[in-house]
Amino acid sequence: MKPSHLLRLILIFSAALASLLNSGCATQHVQPWERATLADYTMRPDRDPLMGGMTEHIWFSREASSGGRGVGGSGCGCN
Amino acid sequence: MSLPKINSYTIAGLLFGLSLLPLRAVPATGTIFPKLAQSQLEGTLPETENRVLLVDFWASWCAPCKASFPALDQLQADYGPRGVVIVGVSVDEKASAYTAFLKQHAPKFTTVRDQAHKLVSAVKVPAMPTSFVIGRDGRIRAVFAGYHGEQTEKAVRTALEQALAERSAP
Repeated sequence: MKPSHLLRLILIFSAALASLLNSGCATQHVQPWERATLADYTMRPDRDPLMGGMTEHIWFSREASSGGRGVGGSGCGCN
Repeated sequence: MSLPKINSYTIAGLLFGLSLLPLRAVPATGTIFPKLAQSQLEGTLPETENRVLLVDFWASWCAPCKASFPALDQLQADYGPRGVVIVGVSVDEKASAYTAFLKQHAPKFTTVRDQAHKLVSAVKVPAMPTSFVIGRDGRIRAVFAGYHGEQTEKAVRTALEQALAERSAP
């Protein structure tokens, strides 16, 4: 096989792979207007104080550190 | 008869281009906004022919949308008499959530529901809420993604003033 043919084959294969990957990402993306479920209260990781306390305790026991959990987990992703 | 030869680079380019189709962006300013009357919206639409429009996409589960309602009410009070039509398009999937929200907040502008998500998918809103200022010719004049308080309200007012200052479509 000539090197130029091999290069063409690689190029077409790469483009096909990129198409497949791009399409896959596009279909799995949650659109801004589809985030009703994500915005629900039950999706909040900090909705149960008891569970939060237990998780924090396990984290402290394992890592000898605590805190740093101020980052939101779900939400509507608005604005 | 032989088929024309297609360059492999053309095939690669086409494949890559096709893969980017789903990533199309929000309609740019100057493009035609889809007709509200043909978007299968639930609710009664006001007369929009040859009028400056402010179309706001919102949802009952979206906190900034809720925060923007007093500002939209004020815009309705200020610009309604000058011929601007404000339409709030809800993207709520649950009709009960939509009606409960309206009952609680009682907006002074027209609200409809895009239950099939046909319109919102067509315009690909980048965030919730998103407002479109549309000129008398039906073309988009400005897009405002998200609600950032006074900053957004001021920018919307400027866009509305500019759209109103334009001559009527022939």
